Amino acid sequence: MSRSLITGAAGLVLTGALLLSPAAQAHKRWLLPSHTVVSESQWVTVDASVSNDIFDVDRPYPLKALEAVGPDGKAATVDNRLEGHRRSVFDIKLTQPGSYRLTLPGQSHFLSWQQDGETQRRRGWSGAEALLAELPDNAEQVALTETHSRLEAFITVGAPNTKALEPSGQGLELQPITHPNDLYTGENARFRFLVDGEPTEGVEVEVVPAGTRYRDSQDHWTLTSDANGEITVNWPGAGRYYLEAGYADDRAEHPKAQQRRLQYLATFEVLPL
Amino acid sequence: MRPWFPLFATLCAGLFAAKASAAELRLEVDIPRMTVAEYHAPYLAFWLKHSDSGEVVPLGLWYDDQEKWLKDLRLWWRRTGRGQSAPYDGLTGATRRPGQHQVDFSALPALADLPAGDYQLMVEAAREVGGREVVRLPFQWPVDNARTVTAEGDTELGEVMLHLTP
Repeated sequence: MSRSLITGAAGLVLTGALLLSPAAQAHKRWLLPSHTVVSESQWVTVDASVSNDIFDVDRPYPLKALEAVGPDGKAATVDNRLEGHRRSVFDIKLTQPGSYRLTLPGQSHFLSWQQDGETQRRRGWSGAEALLAELPDNAEQVALTETHSRLEAFITVGAPNTKALEPSGQGLELQPITHPNDLYTGENARFRFLVDGEPTEGVEVEVVPAGTRYRDSQDHWTLTSDANGEITVNWPGAGRYYLEAGYADDRAEHPKAQQRRLQYLATFEVLPL
Repeated sequence: MRPWFPLFATLCAGLFAAKASAAELRLEVDIPRMTVAEYHAPYLAFWLKHSDSGEVVPLGLWYDDQEKWLKDLRLWWRRTGRGQSAPYDGLTGATRRPGQHQVDFSALPALADLPAGDYQLMVEAAREVGGREVVRLPFQWPVDNARTVTAEGDTELGEVMLHLTP
């Protein structure tokens, strides 16, 4: 069913001619920690995969860009990085109380043009210039889209804190109102979405409960951030959840890119009370 | 197809062969339009199941030449798909976009040899990052009178109509 062109975030809000470029297509990607809430210092292992089966691995996700930040805001110790055939894996050493953030940022470009009446499309992960070099002289209606993605997961030793969760002010980020390691059944979670550090309305969010392999429907639901950039997530039960948020605007870094697509993908664990 | 099926077909052949060869077995399938962020056209599989014997007669498969996803047509895969390899039995073709589609199985050689009995025509749809659904249309073979059997899917399939003509 899938082509390799990748797909994107839930219902991006676009305008005019930018609408519906296939650059919006991406597989689901996620980080899955073995534990998210622990009561003493220890190692935790994390899977990273490109997989539409939530949370069963399918293909490895490159770990080169991995950031692991500890409760003091400093880099945490990561060991045993492996990019296997069906998943990537690493271990993180939790040495102090508080919350750890794992982030895998990514960037890609999508180029489309008309040539002799036909639409051509290319996607690249090596920067815009490499893609633009492929343009033939007679290309018309050239459209360049820049995509920034951010995969995240959170782990807490003891009581949660938010030092590692401070926003960078770049791209699409989640600012917890409810801490992502303080999620329990029967309680709603509230999160704020920031675009370049500003709370932003109209971020489209999709939430999928784990275990899609074993049911006939995704059982996902969609949310849109309100005027304060906020969403309320009402967890239907304990378990792990995949969250994918998307937003598009014209604030691309590359001068030739008309559009910037932002994706935020995170894994949450909701515990039974 | 299981090895004993041709024998069974041969034994029964005298009962129906003349009639069946002219019969029409035509399907109309509605693939619903989805309002989802990520849409991939569903894979569809069609087969007949003999109600008593459970014998399976593959009728067709719509897929995009990516065998990786065939196992997601879980019932078809278990009943017949996993024992096959490309080219798959029946009428195969590319996936279809949302809308009304027709497929006419009347000329399939398997129908000319189809034993008399109660059948279900099975339609299974599986969509990447979507869902899976099976719809069953019961009918009797050989066909005595022209009739249409209708079933309605809830999620991945809309109305499915089986048109039968003796």
